Amino acid sequence: MTSSQTAIVTLPTDEQILITREFDAPKQLVYKAWTTPELVKRWWNAKRGEVTICEIDLRVGGLWRWVQMAHDEFEVAFHGEYREIVPNERIVSTEIYEGMPEEEAVTTVSFSEVEGCTILTLLVQHTSKAFRDAHVDSGMEAGLQDALDLLEEVAVSLR
Amino acid sequence: MARAATTSDAFNAVAEPRRRQILDVLVGGERPVNDLVDVLGLAQPQVSKHLRVLREAGVVEVRGDGRRRLYRLNGGALKPIHDWLQSYERLWSERFERLDLVLEDLKQTEGDVGDDK
Repeated sequence: MTSSQTAIVTLPTDEQILITREFDAPKQLVYKAWTTPELVKRWWNAKRGEVTICEIDLRVGGLWRWVQMAHDEFEVAFHGEYREIVPNERIVSTEIYEGMPEEEAVTTVSFSEVEGCTILTLLVQHTSKAFRDAHVDSGMEAGLQDALDLLEEVAVSLR
Repeated sequence: MARAATTSDAFNAVAEPRRRQILDVLVGGERPVNDLVDVLGLAQPQVSKHLRVLREAGVVEVRGDGRRRLYRLNGGALKPIHDWLQSYERLWSERFERLDLVLEDLKQTEGDVGDDK
């Protein structure tokens, strides 16, 4: 059975974004899907274009870099460094969006298990409200792009 | 997508922690200014200043009740913020829906991972 919950996004402080979601799987598996490049490539794209690069050097001080060819048109790239790793429990890393390299956010992803289900929380700590807002704005742009894609599909179907 | 930086929009209204605190109190229902002064532990002029900003953004509404002025939340004015967050939420929801599929596959191939600790 696949859970059909949506992600819940809240803004606990002016500099933070908190994303929460429950998964119908034990936390070892969610952790594995989050830290294995071949698996990340299968979900992080969100149907919005191929993940072309997924590098994960999972150790403190190790680097990660995930690149997506968004809508097959432009590259969206993120990279950072692992700060803390507690297997199956928590990963803390820095995160730099390469389109806005002047800011380094800190991301904490936590996995907790309740009766075989995993509650995943992703806390993004930005250095200012302006960068936090820009980050959420990026979702707005993605949403707009979705709408344009849909419009194009509809237009093509009318031809 | 840039947002308008006017002083009277809902984004500005909720940008200040004290104003968010006022909204948290008003979620519980209509309250007079004195209640808000008590809860926030601020002087009345400061509370009134925040209430004015919230009122100008349409986030709270006020009505007179004898000598008292009662403030209440107008949730509809917060909709732009909700909409703004929703697109970002959709991006993660779509990622997580795919992650669900990956997890289903892993459950098949990894079997009883819970027991081999």
